[in-house]
Amino acid sequence: MPGLYASGAALGALAATALLATLVRGGALALVYPLCAVAAIVLGAVDLHVLLTGAEATAQLPIGLPTVGLHLRLDALSAFFGIVINGGVLAASVYGMGFDRAKELTPRVEPLFPLFAAAMNLVLIADDAYAFLFSWELMSLASWALVVARHTDPESRRAAHVYLVMAAIGTMALLFAFGGLAGPAGGYAFDTIRAHPPGPAVAALVLAAALVGCGSKGGLVPLHAWLPLAHPAAPSHVSALMSGVMTKVAIYGFVRIAFDLLGPPAWWWALPPIILGALTAVLGLLYAVLDRDLKRVLAYSTIENVGVIFVALGLALAFRANGQHEAAAVAMAAALLHVLNHSWFKSLLFLGAGAVLHATGRRDLDGLGGLIHRMPRTAVFFLVGALAASALPPLNGFVSEWLLFQAVIAAPALPQAALHFASPAIGAMLALAAALAAACFVRVYGTAFLGRPRSVEANQAHDVPLVQQIAMGGLALLCILGGLLGSLLAMALAPILVDLVGAALPPAGSGPTVFALIAFDPARSVYDAPVIAFFVAIASLTTVLVVHRLSARRTRRGPAWDCGFPDPSPATQYTASSFAQPLRRVYGTAAFAARETVVMPPPGDTRPARFSVVLVDHVWQALYAAPGRAVLGLSERLNTLQFLSIRRYLVLMFAALVILLAIAAVTT
Amino acid sequence: MTGDLVVQFLAQGAQMTFVLLIAPLAVGIVRRVKARLMRRQGPPLLQAYFDLAKLLRKESVIAETASWLFRSAPYLIFALTWVAAALVPSFASGLMFNWAADVVALVALLGAARALLALAGMDVGTSFGGIGSSREMMIATLAEPAMMLIVLTLAIAAGTTRLAGVADFFIAEPFAVRVSLALSLIALIIVALAENARIPVDNPATHLELTMVHEAMVLEYSGRHLALIEAASHLKLVLYISLLICLFAPFGMAPANAGVAGWAIGLAAWSVKLLIGAALLGVWEISIAKMRVFRLPDFVGIAFVFGFLAILLAFLTRGVLA
Repeated sequence: MPGLYASGAALGALAATALLATLVRGGALALVYPLCAVAAIVLGAVDLHVLLTGAEATAQLPIGLPTVGLHLRLDALSAFFGIVINGGVLAASVYGMGFDRAKELTPRVEPLFPLFAAAMNLVLIADDAYAFLFSWELMSLASWALVVARHTDPESRRAAHVYLVMAAIGTMALLFAFGGLAGPAGGYAFDTIRAHPPGPAVAALVLAAALVGCGSKGGLVPLHAWLPLAHPAAPSHVSALMSGVMTKVAIYGFVRIAFDLLGPPAWWWALPPIILGALTAVLGLLYAVLDRDLKRVLAYSTIENVGVIFVALGLALAFRANGQHEAAAVAMAAALLHVLNHSWFKSLLFLGAGAVLHATGRRDLDGLGGLIHRMPRTAVFFLVGALAASALPPLNGFVSEWLLFQAVIAAPALPQAALHFASPAIGAMLALAAALAAACFVRVYGTAFLGRPRSVEANQAHDVPLVQQIAMGGLALLCILGGLLGSLLAMALAPILVDLVGAALPPAGSGPTVFALIAFDPARSVYDAPVIAFFVAIASLTTVLVVHRLSARRTRRGPAWDCGFPDPSPATQYTASSFAQPLRRVYGTAAFAARETVVMPPPGDTRPARFSVVLVDHVWQALYAAPGRAVLGLSERLNTLQFLSIRRYLVLMFAALVILLAIAAVTT
Repeated sequence: MTGDLVVQFLAQGAQMTFVLLIAPLAVGIVRRVKARLMRRQGPPLLQAYFDLAKLLRKESVIAETASWLFRSAPYLIFALTWVAAALVPSFASGLMFNWAADVVALVALLGAARALLALAGMDVGTSFGGIGSSREMMIATLAEPAMMLIVLTLAIAAGTTRLAGVADFFIAEPFAVRVSLALSLIALIIVALAENARIPVDNPATHLELTMVHEAMVLEYSGRHLALIEAASHLKLVLYISLLICLFAPFGMAPANAGVAGWAIGLAAWSVKLLIGAALLGVWEISIAKMRVFRLPDFVGIAFVFGFLAILLAFLTRGVLA
């Protein structure tokens, strides 16, 4: 109980900070970030306490809907997601402390930042449908306002417009989902819903609505189109929150509905999240690997990771429906750990992108380069994030990928033919996604940070202030620790796993060492990150020592060799586009109908040759552009209604009256 | 238990050292077999050792535009490949590493080494480095899903993802010859050719710009750094041959609780099989031509299709054979 009071006080402080920030101007706005950081620490500490001790807290307030009131509850699941969110908020706030008081604070961003953070926390502790939807909508609107902060930029305005429409559709779907859950009796408190789970037909509709509602917020294909527009348009520390953290609130919503409120699952519930998730994972990265905007690439990579998490959740549903609790625990642990890991490395990468944007004013990859020399510390942190995002050991991204593969490998044991024939396809798509992620981040890091600077701005870049380096460094450290000590994190998840799927991972002591991550049992699958990391470290150190002893230690700096014909112009380097060319040829022709055209002037003509690439985004064309055109066309038609004569208006009103009376007469 | 751990540690160390020492010999055999089949004299068997020694003695020339990443990458790449090579059970299935990580982690360790090499290729900022990196990552996106399908098939057959467990399973059931395993074998061979930059995916013997992949990435390296990269690629070759041996011809491998005598037999058996594998690679390489880069998706795609067929067959036959 005291936990909820502390959370309530911290949330109140966030709201007060938001209010305060609307009143002050100029340098005083800088106070917002330290206050947010303190509030995030308090909220995170309460969440951690609840997760580790299992001390649930509930409260009921006489505000909100009449007769329902406002129910709040902080259980292990909310606490875990709370840790994810407040970790992200803390990092973004610390980063925000480094902003230049004179230039980088605007009354359009600072008041909304604490509001956004508070709304996300509220979603997690909401324990009735009304509170959930209210705080969900608050979160959407606060983030929308942050996206539109740079409203002078037409791109931002467009992004905000698409986002608003998609957020409205998502909330509407969730409204239906909770309507279905509440049933005709209208019990909106989660406890009442749990006590009366809906029948199978209604449950299916609720699941579909929850997938649309939470999937659109998380960026599940085909509802993802707003995400790569909106996330990059916001200021970078807000992008970090939206991508690293807000997508996790969407996943929380799905977990809460599908695993907690909806009652025992049917096996086929697993199919939509698995199939959509796998498509999302691959498609998200194919977009990412072809895009040339640093922040947009990161946003697309978020889509991929959300897809991966949905695959894991789908597998957990399938195992749970078949009573295979151990396998369900592996899948669910993969999902939750990936939630945590992704929030760390994606926040880190977005903050790094913010640092690059701040230092160079550019986010087009083809205008960057060589930043490892100009921004050495940011370069190190970004490298950690990039390798973690590529799911490479010994960093944290790999831990959850490993668990997920173990779950996929267990999928053939499922009795349903549809699921066990789907599992190799899922495994292959996840492996493709992992390999594409590595390609994507090698490309991003290689063009932005390595090589030679491609623009004057990149050549004159400088590292960001110390506070911002601390924010990134802290996250980078978490990525490394999370990779080494993933087994301990998995142990901490045990109460949630038992709650949701009825089993936990094998205890830490049952493996060869305490830090071994075990799926199923030690004889089957073990990943012992500290042992591997220790041996890699020993092997590198031995190599360094031996090589330096044996070899001539002479080192000379010289011009690049480049097969004998080095060209001084940085334009001769591989760019992000040229790096993507083989991938575009192999995958782009199928996925985006990619076409390359080369216009070569005739011999003797001195005009330059032109090379252009056309990509078609089928999802956008079919699901967004076409309905958009239809709505526009319809409203053009209806527009004539505004210019009728008064006689016609009277006729219309009379007709409406007659029709309504007729309906009333028939129905009574 | 502590004494046991020390013995295990030493045995693991011995295995790592042995793998490291024998790797250049395997490369020497591949080159020698190729040369003899083309009726050339060919370099001495130990040429790869001489090359490494020569490179270590030479000074290292580093491009002015290179960063710390370029200089530290060779050490890390070498260490990662070495540890990955140690993860593959070679002569005994009960060594320390065989419980520390499974085949999924092995694939990921190699992936980490590859990502570092690709980054190092882009560090100097030349067009050749970029061309190599981008092609290498493209090939990896084709090979890795195929590899994962093979892993899935084996895990379904053996009920574990630990390589030692899979090897133990095949030692116990040597006649479990199944169609799906044969398909996996072909798929794994194709993946191994792609990952090791061998013909027809890449030609380790040329510096022709239109076809270079691996060599383009390491073009800027010299001296001790190049020696480490070369040694890492030798190790990777031994790793993949060992993997094929461990999964498809594990006979002779010492079981989990075998003593020193068992290890000696295992060691002899493994060395012979390794050298035969290297010779077969040499024969393969002279009987086929290098492919154009954009024909590669078709070639590595075969691995993917075979992997997929293997797993479907594994599902269909699971009820019958298991």
